[in-house]
Amino acid sequence: MVELRGVHKSFGSLHVLRGVDLDVGRGEVLVVLGPSGSGKSTLLRTINHLEKVDRGTVRVDGELLGYRRSGDRLYELREREILRRRTQIGFVFQNFNLFPHLTVRQNITEAPVHAQRRPRAEADALAVRLLERVGLADKADAYPGTLSGGQRQRVAIARALALEPKVLLFDEPTSALDPELVGEVLSVMKDLAGGGTTMIVVTHEIGFAREVADTVAFMDAGRVLELGPPAQVLDDPAHERTRAFLTKVL
Amino acid sequence: MTLPRIESAPARHDEGPAPKVVPARHLLRWPAALGVLILLAMAANALVTNPAWEWDVVGAYLFAPSVVRSVLLTLELTALGIVLGFALGTVLALMRLSPNPLLSSAAFGYVWLFRSLPLILQLLFWYNLALLYPRLSFGIPFGPGFFDIGTMDLVSPLAAATLGLALHQAAYAAEIVRGGLLSVDPGQREAAAALGIPRARRFFRIILPQAMRSIVPNAGNEIIGLVKGTSVVYIMALPELFYQVQVIYNRNGRVMALLLVAAIWYLILTTVLSIAQHYVERHYGRGRA
Ligand SMILES: Nc1ncnc2c1ncn2[C@@H]1O[C@H](COP(=O)(O)OP(=O)(O)O)[C@@H](O)[C@H]1O
Ligand SMILES: [Mg+2]
Repeated sequence: MVELRGVHKSFGSLHVLRGVDLDVGRGEVLVVLGPSGSGKSTLLRTINHLEKVDRGTVRVDGELLGYRRSGDRLYELREREILRRRTQIGFVFQNFNLFPHLTVRQNITEAPVHAQRRPRAEADALAVRLLERVGLADKADAYPGTLSGGQRQRVAIARALALEPKVLLFDEPTSALDPELVGEVLSVMKDLAGGGTTMIVVTHEIGFAREVADTVAFMDAGRVLELGPPAQVLDDPAHERTRAFLTKVL
Repeated sequence: MTLPRIESAPARHDEGPAPKVVPARHLLRWPAALGVLILLAMAANALVTNPAWEWDVVGAYLFAPSVVRSVLLTLELTALGIVLGFALGTVLALMRLSPNPLLSSAAFGYVWLFRSLPLILQLLFWYNLALLYPRLSFGIPFGPGFFDIGTMDLVSPLAAATLGLALHQAAYAAEIVRGGLLSVDPGQREAAAALGIPRARRFFRIILPQAMRSIVPNAGNEIIGLVKGTSVVYIMALPELFYQVQVIYNRNGRVMALLLVAAIWYLILTTVLSIAQHYVERHYGRGRA
């Protein structure tokens, strides 16, 4: 479903991604671990073309995201086409990034109506279903500012799901939450994983990785240092760096 | 080097009922209030009893048709100046924030130029443009022209005043809008882009309404400033409020009374605008505590 080949990305002289290869199959959950600054956020952002890659390819469901291939060249697509392909990918941010001046319902229906051109009534019905799914059916008309952090992140997940994306990306979805609110967000994510959603999750929640991940990747300094089933990467890492990191976060 | 030791006073735990709170007394508050009241009474007395103010003349001219017409022109100039100024200012702000160095330095140059020139100078400049370029033609620079028009036909006094006010206002509006756009969390732009929302919608539905929270108070200042600022167009003999009262007092010699007429109208206009601003701010503040 998601396929990265030899992805490189630099910011000026800072070489942030140094040749990343990854494969995530349909319905699989990949958890990405790694120290701060290792390039995890940048990796997620290249997948939906918020960040352009310098070298390498990113495919989602077989489609190159920001480019069209012709012969041995990649031509960057026009904004319209990139936006269309982006709607196949949901993104959940660490800081929620809900639109504070819109109600919960408006936050959720904005993209289905204005990016995917679905009828308003259909989008409203979808919002109701999604809010039920994340346990916030009574908050449709609330403004994000009146919700707790955990509730906001669940709305953000509903908003990402409203695109009915082929894959969901999570960038440290629980890192900005008070400890007692982490559980409610993780449990929504577990439900999604159980329901067969393809997910790539950057997180420091080792328990979640162990329980939900099909594959765990450990990133360090722009490379995927270790990749495998949770039992192998978490309990019997091959690299010293992985071991050092795990002792710190556990 | 040694750090000073912090001595903490030993805590005392007095037993007994909770003590009563005695607010600090402000001994000067009452004499000060009394002084202000006396000054206000003196001012009111001077305004009402001195016949030089000629309140009957004020009353006679306050709603005179020529005065009301001039108030409408003042409003028209203000509205045109603000609407056109902020429209152009928004474009300039976007140019200034664009990664294209040509666009951003053009916007920078514009703001620099129009903030540097006194408004009155600029107005006279547009007014006299006809002398400088009797005909305006549009076409390829140094090449053939597409059409050609007499400058006097295009730049009437009203058009010159509107143009001058709008161009002047745009320079200030550009900075206000730019500040507002920068005050919006970059995560908002990113989230909107990640959702695949088209660019224009992203700007008008997501970013601008949030920027309005910081734009509106500053824009309110500008609008109220412009209501009074329109009075400089009197030099172009446009019958806005200030010009009109001058015309009248030059005819009848009732200077003070007519200045009061103008003052009362300016007060009414700015009061109405301040109230409107309050409601606009409340609108854009929705969703926040
Ligand atoms: N837009 C950017 N411009 C410049 N440097 C950036 C940018 N985004 C990220 N970086 C840098 O790239 C490195 C990796 O960042 P990031 O992908 O956010 O790491 P992580 O999410 O693993 O903490 C960091 O050193 C960060 O400062
Ligand atoms: Mg990060």
